[in-house]
Amino acid sequence: MSNEKSPFIVEGKLADNERLKRESNNLRGTIEQDLKDDLTGGFTADNFQLIRFHGMYQQDDRDIRAERGKQKLEPLHNVMLRARLPGGVMTPEQWLVIDKFAEEHTMYGSIRLTTRQTFQFHGVLKPHIKLMHQTLNKTGIDSIATAGDVNRNVLCTSNPIQSQLHAEAYEWAKKISEHLLPKTRAYAEIWLDGEKVETTEKPVEPILGDNYLPRKFKTTVVIPPQNDVDLHANDLNFVAIAEDGKLVGFNVLVGGGLAMTHGDKSTYPRKATDFGFIPLENTLDVAAAVVTTQRDWGNRVNRKNAKTKYTLERVGADNFKAEVEKRAGVSFAESRPYEFTTRGDSFGWVEGIDGNYHLTLFIENGRILDFPGRPLKTGCAEIAKIHKGDFRLTANQNLIIAGVPADQKAAIEKIARDHKLIEDDTSNQKLDSMACVSLPTCPLAMAEAERYLPEAVGRMEGLLASHGVADDSIIFRITGCPNGCGRAMLAEIGLVGKGPGKYNLHLGGNREGTRIPKMYQENISEDEIFTELDTLIGRWAKERESGEAFGDFVIRAGVIAPVVDSARDFYE
Amino acid sequence: MSVNSNQNGAPGAVLNEQQWNAITQAIAGLNRDQLTWVSGYVAGMAAAQGGAVAPAAAAPVAAAPANTPTLTILVGSQTGNAMGVAKGFQAQAEAAGYTSKLVSMADYKPRSIKGETHVAVFVSTHGEGDAPDDAIEFHEFLGGKKAPKLDGLKFAVLGLGDSSYEFFCQTGKDFDERLGKLGGKAIVPRLDCDVDYEDAAKAWGEQLVAALKDDFASAGTHDVVTVQSGVAAPSGAEQMYTKKSPFKATLIESQKITGRDSVKDIRHIEISLEDSGIQYRAGDALGIWFKNSAELVAEFLELTGLSGSEEVKVGDTTVSLSEALTSKLELTLSYPTFVKAYQEATGSEGLAALMEDKAQLRTYLAERQLIDIVREHPAKIEAQAFADAFRPLTPRLYSIASSQDEVEEEVHLTVAHVDYEAFGKRHQGGASSFLCERLEEGAEVEVYIEKNDHFRLPENTDTPVIMVGPGTGIAPFRAFMQERDAQGAEGKNWLFFGNPNFTQDFLYQVEWQGYVKSGLVDKITLAFSRDQKDKIYVQHRLTENGKEVWEWLEAGAHFYVCGDATHMAKDVEAALVSIIQEHGGKSEEDAKAYIVALRKAKRYQKDVY
Repeated sequence: MSNEKSPFIVEGKLADNERLKRESNNLRGTIEQDLKDDLTGGFTADNFQLIRFHGMYQQDDRDIRAERGKQKLEPLHNVMLRARLPGGVMTPEQWLVIDKFAEEHTMYGSIRLTTRQTFQFHGVLKPHIKLMHQTLNKTGIDSIATAGDVNRNVLCTSNPIQSQLHAEAYEWAKKISEHLLPKTRAYAEIWLDGEKVETTEKPVEPILGDNYLPRKFKTTVVIPPQNDVDLHANDLNFVAIAEDGKLVGFNVLVGGGLAMTHGDKSTYPRKATDFGFIPLENTLDVAAAVVTTQRDWGNRVNRKNAKTKYTLERVGADNFKAEVEKRAGVSFAESRPYEFTTRGDSFGWVEGIDGNYHLTLFIENGRILDFPGRPLKTGCAEIAKIHKGDFRLTANQNLIIAGVPADQKAAIEKIARDHKLIEDDTSNQKLDSMACVSLPTCPLAMAEAERYLPEAVGRMEGLLASHGVADDSIIFRITGCPNGCGRAMLAEIGLVGKGPGKYNLHLGGNREGTRIPKMYQENISEDEIFTELDTLIGRWAKERESGEAFGDFVIRAGVIAPVVDSARDFYE
Repeated sequence: MSVNSNQNGAPGAVLNEQQWNAITQAIAGLNRDQLTWVSGYVAGMAAAQGGAVAPAAAAPVAAAPANTPTLTILVGSQTGNAMGVAKGFQAQAEAAGYTSKLVSMADYKPRSIKGETHVAVFVSTHGEGDAPDDAIEFHEFLGGKKAPKLDGLKFAVLGLGDSSYEFFCQTGKDFDERLGKLGGKAIVPRLDCDVDYEDAAKAWGEQLVAALKDDFASAGTHDVVTVQSGVAAPSGAEQMYTKKSPFKATLIESQKITGRDSVKDIRHIEISLEDSGIQYRAGDALGIWFKNSAELVAEFLELTGLSGSEEVKVGDTTVSLSEALTSKLELTLSYPTFVKAYQEATGSEGLAALMEDKAQLRTYLAERQLIDIVREHPAKIEAQAFADAFRPLTPRLYSIASSQDEVEEEVHLTVAHVDYEAFGKRHQGGASSFLCERLEEGAEVEVYIEKNDHFRLPENTDTPVIMVGPGTGIAPFRAFMQERDAQGAEGKNWLFFGNPNFTQDFLYQVEWQGYVKSGLVDKITLAFSRDQKDKIYVQHRLTENGKEVWEWLEAGAHFYVCGDATHMAKDVEAALVSIIQEHGGKSEEDAKAYIVALRKAKRYQKDVY
């Protein structure tokens, strides 16, 4: 890091998170002391934030917070762990390990597949946290930097058909993840009882910097034509460019992101800017250059304007790109053409070009649990016991049983059907719907999301049927707060939680995930939402052109204006 | 013990020879009793002249010389009941004009027994025939080799116990037997009091007072001697509101303080004492009068074919059977006298067979409430006979969980709601279900304070304290900390607490966290038995922290235990013995002696039940 003052650095009083990162002794803080404090199930002060850098969020059951207050008990503190699983790939052996841990040591007993293409444990009590990390470590999984102001779990399109291309892209996702990982030994020392090594060498973190990044940072590797990872929701994206089925390089798109703050117009969702094409050999250097530029230029004064997307808007995308070229020692070539056609997963079996078969299972809300009459979790474990290929978690919270030889197909399908992992009557609308976790566990949640989704999807299905388009579907997403984990800001219909039972209704995204929907109505009730949608879906059913998607229709019909340049037109 | 101790010559320094001769002549030929009387008479004259011998007292006083009959009331009390009965007896004795000295056995030097003339023993029995903590040392002394001959001693023993236990009133029996063996003579036969002891105790007290008449009357006029009793005079309010005449308080709040997934239902109860003037101290207990549940009463009536409107006599009053069952009779705890009376009135053959084997009956009763017995042996019974089969209802005592320094005119309790399934039916505790379920907020509840001077914070606020209070045993320690907080006490505080689960059963968790944060509480050591494979209890934590516990004790810490008497308190004491052995480098015998010394110094106090 140079000490040279750049005109692109925001001056002012640093946000408090900057202090805590600086004083954290490279993410150690006093977490170890907190682990020994058995009077509380929670973490104190800075450690509450620092554990995020180790992949955990402190949460509590918000449904019973008030009740416990009366009982003179502290909130039911627990942690949620988000694993680091680049590309969402794991082995059946690993699956069985996490299945067992979820069963024995979490409050909810579930495995959650997330929109970050990984799994989460919810409801782990403090005395079990070290055991959790050690259990994962033994099976080759960690949770380093899956939250906090760092580069998080790297996504990679779960394309099961182009097996070769996926394998190459996945390798890069792993390499990028490793390259951008914190180098501090804090994780190993605290959770794995690793040896404490005194280091005087500074910086400990050559890429992230010892104050880490100004804000969270998300990276993807995308294999067109599938945009399952929703690249525009991410800071740094590598779009795989193949020649003759072989990966040759990437188009690099920088500065996407969906989070915003209610009532603060200096915040907005933004699509990523295309910087151009790079050959494979420059991948890691470019990744590091983007991260270090954001590290040095990102806003450390105002966290609400700290993400890469705002840095790009503030310094100018061209200046940012030029700095990346300088730091990486490369010049971006003109972007290679590519096309996105879909974001959803294709369910059921497909045959890969390597002759193996892949089974994509629809997992509602990504929640793997033994429900009454639907023992999904047992089913997955049973598959893991006989499966020889791998498990792939998708960015749509679904699960792919990948690399199944022809002679295993029947056995695996039977288990899947027996455990209701395959249900033939799942509607297209259900498949195109998504929600974040939200209440009761997420501390940021303002309104219900996941728990409300089944009812909301039911009403959507009802509307589609009543207008005679029951087999059609609309990309419909609910996110419990404007931070946007449910990626409602890339949906055709997006609901953003505002308060209990109240949402902002956004319309006009597209099916490919390349257009941001605009707010149509603010802070309206569930009934009001469906009254509006009844009218609009009715019009769409009657007035649409052939094959015209709902999000495109509402724009063409003038129901809502398209968001073209969100920094300027999102709130207009 | 003789005035002839100076027979070898005149005590020249005090009397001249002439005086000495006159005195020896005057007393020659007097018998022992006469000599005793004279010694008292003379001492009294001396006191009147000098005015400095007797403590301040309303009446003109004469100090009692050694062989004057004196009445010493010795009390071994665990929960305060024995102390209560003893005080009642003292009042009876005083009414008859006898003065007496009431001492807790904990404060009584065992060897002093040799100098006593008349002793009334009031002692309770716990667990498997165990003596209360107060009495352990004296009890052992009388049964040991060092016990003196007590030929001149006259004594009476009142034991308290619960006849549903095998070793009913065992400690009382032991005292009776030991005092007799050592040469003492019983003034009246021993009384073994069951849970409903009040009337019997009163009658026995009258009998004893009457029996003492001869000895004390022959002692002349000096029965005005006052000896400092060592027990603080009761306050006005304490006298005003008693077990017999409780205060009608109001329930402010009944709040469950275990989590929704807890295996326990423990309540925090707040009761208003407004306008009562009642004063209590941290360590005291609250007596609660309760009503039995209407469902339970209805079931008893149904099973016996009674309507409830029958008039029955209970004690001196006549009420309907329903009313008697609801407010006057003990319907939950089981006891053998019920079986006997119910069997006799119904002629039940099943119960008759059961009663033939005492051990079998004990096991049977241990698992059942009274309703189970009637359910299993329903029979027609005459209303009065039915009412007579039950014991009178007795109030329940709960350790107070608050300090008036903090809560002023309120009193808080920590109550485990006894509520479980057995034999396919729901069973509830009498008082706990009354407090936790039936009593509505704002409703009336009759209460009184039961003092417990054997469970007090050290007077020196700098003295460290170790508190062991798993489960509802935490109650008095909440009171202790409120008091220490209000005092601004500097002494260190260390709590050992345990319960099944951390997330569900950490009673008053946020308050304790606050006390740690503020620095009032220095250490809290937790034992949650079900949070790991092996059950961990407070005694294990004590042992783990043995070195530090020992250091605290050596630094003068007081050690308190509250909660379950059957297992926990014993296990804690065993842990304490081994800690003292290991870290104090002592033999087991010396470690036990160390504990006895702690107890004598009032540094080891228990409130167990």
